[in-house]
Amino acid sequence: MTFFQADNISINFGGIRAVDGVSFQVTKGEVFTVIGPNGAGKTTIFNLVSRFYDPTEGRLVFEDNDITKVPSYRIAALGIARTFQNIELFEHATLLQNLLLARHAHKRSNFFSELLFLPSVRRLEVEHREAVEKVIDFLDLQQYRDSFIVNLPYGVRKVTELARALCTDPKLLLLDEPSSGLNVEETDDMAFWIQDIKNLLGITVLMVEHDMKLVSAVSDRVLALNYGRPLAMGTVQEVQAHPEVIRAYLGG
Amino acid sequence: MRFPFKTSYEQDTRLFRDRIDASWYVLLAALVVLLPAVLPAYYVGETTWVFIYAITGVSLMVLVGYTGLVSLGHAAFLGIGAYAHAFFIEHGVPWVVSAAMAVTLATACGLVVGLPALRMTGIYLAIATLAFSVIIQEVFSRWESVTHGLSGMAVPKAHIFGVSFGGETAFYYLCLFFLVLALWLTRNLLRAPTGRAWIAIRDSEIAAQSMGVNLAIYKSIAFAYSAGLMGLAGVLFAHKIAFLAPDIFTILLSIQLLLLVIVGGLGSLHGAVFGAIFVALLPPVIAILRDSIPASFHDFSAASGLAPIGWFGDAIGNFLKKPGVEAGIFGVILVLVILLEPLGMYGRWVKIRIFFSTFPMYKRATFKRQRSYMKTERLR
Ligand SMILES: Nc1ncnc2c1ncn2[C@@H]1O[C@H](COP(=O)(O)OP(=O)(O)OP(=O)(O)O)[C@@H](O)[C@H]1O
Ligand SMILES: [Mg+2]
Repeated sequence: MTFFQADNISINFGGIRAVDGVSFQVTKGEVFTVIGPNGAGKTTIFNLVSRFYDPTEGRLVFEDNDITKVPSYRIAALGIARTFQNIELFEHATLLQNLLLARHAHKRSNFFSELLFLPSVRRLEVEHREAVEKVIDFLDLQQYRDSFIVNLPYGVRKVTELARALCTDPKLLLLDEPSSGLNVEETDDMAFWIQDIKNLLGITVLMVEHDMKLVSAVSDRVLALNYGRPLAMGTVQEVQAHPEVIRAYLGG
Repeated sequence: MRFPFKTSYEQDTRLFRDRIDASWYVLLAALVVLLPAVLPAYYVGETTWVFIYAITGVSLMVLVGYTGLVSLGHAAFLGIGAYAHAFFIEHGVPWVVSAAMAVTLATACGLVVGLPALRMTGIYLAIATLAFSVIIQEVFSRWESVTHGLSGMAVPKAHIFGVSFGGETAFYYLCLFFLVLALWLTRNLLRAPTGRAWIAIRDSEIAAQSMGVNLAIYKSIAFAYSAGLMGLAGVLFAHKIAFLAPDIFTILLSIQLLLLVIVGGLGSLHGAVFGAIFVALLPPVIAILRDSIPASFHDFSAASGLAPIGWFGDAIGNFLKKPGVEAGIFGVILVLVILLEPLGMYGRWVKIRIFFSTFPMYKRATFKRQRSYMKTERLR
């Protein structure tokens, strides 16, 4: 069974070919990292997988299903969750509300039962809350539960993004630069969490990351991109030693 | 400061935070129920306006304050509710059925108008809704067989199941009932997935989508629900104003309704009620001041022998009698609110409450927005 596969995907923005014939497979249970200089097209790949953009060519496959045409709001229910490079939290809501919203893909109540807030809705709310509390415990966010996101420091927001993605109960987690803007200790925490997500929760991770220390700490395989084209794929050491990759980073 | 002691997750799904909060609302309810017993009929009538405006406030709060979609045409839905109800009543439809059909019609119109909202945001949506309200107003004045056009339409008093709600006090309770109903239903949605989806759409459409929110459906629901509540307000509005004419439901009314929620405080149901109190009670308060200020200044100048004080009182009284003063004062207050209290009257209310509950420990800095470091600053 193919867990996740990007098959020769490309996308053009006007004249720019932001992603140009990229193919890779993610196997269940691994941490797969995409690296590359700024503007290499890493986030664009995530946006293709989240179905915000339609690929000009190529195919996306998740658990043997072609998801190239699935609308973006269905992606979460299939089991793919993501975080955003430039934090996209619901700022004027509490942390708890942010996480509860992430349960939306698992919503089972209908409009009219919610209008009357029937006992069934209350029961489902408590169920969602229990799921959310597990994630809060996992990421140590207890003290921020009722804080509004606008009042939280950057590091906590970054963790909240991760928490929100986890609350959707994903099988595949897309992390866009989880350590950007974090200090050294926070980055270390992030590395431990990513390992725990893989080992304890059994969630497959597809990650974009610049911090090579974090990349080598958690990644099983790495794909290097430049100008939307794949340069090298393999273990961290192999990719780091690849002459093309060195040239791309040193600017040749 | 009071921290409710929570022992179950269910507690967070309740209508009120805890017993103490609930008892304040019981007190408020008792006050509102007993009010007509002590208030002169004229003021009972004015307070009824507060309830009707509050329903319109809840309607716009859902759309603007929670879903983040701006509408400059909501007076049209008010008009649709009002005219439809008046028309059905005129044709002998029982009150409850008529009101239900009027609300349904407004909801359906909201659904249709909401369709462009799926593609538009901000100023474009505002213009589209504005265009809709202009069209509807034209319909009100041209479709004479239904609306009696420019000659207007008289609306009889409300009769529900043979009981007359014609008196000020009876109608006061009717409007109060529907306001409480509107608040309750809306609060239910807000503490359930639908309300969270609205908030998510307001704060980040892209994140909402990737968490599984179907933007088209939830924006449509917001539009339809908001229009339905407007229709309900329109039903009550029709009885209250007793005579419908197309020039009531203009863009000016739409803007006034929008200002109501902004002054009250976007993003809270309290704000809808506060805004309604402000909008509904400003005209009578100005009317009272218009007469009482010159009179009391004259009394004072007679007592103290300072004639200029009397002239000053007359000047204020004359100023308040000028046309457009009401709109002017409204505008000035609006500007002040936006400059000084972006969270509206509700924001001020929260501050006052916290001042008393933490007295004497209140710190002015409590509400200073904590500085959060953005990525680039941290890397410096
Ligand atoms: N919506 C868009 N419209 C036009 N061009 C775009 C769009 N999105 C991305 N691009 C372009 O595609 C290229 C790749 O962008 P992308 O955001 O994927 O880079 P990245 O690898 O994530 O870089 P960074 O490390 O800075 O996050 C850039 O040249 C960018 O300008
Ligand atoms: Mg990027």
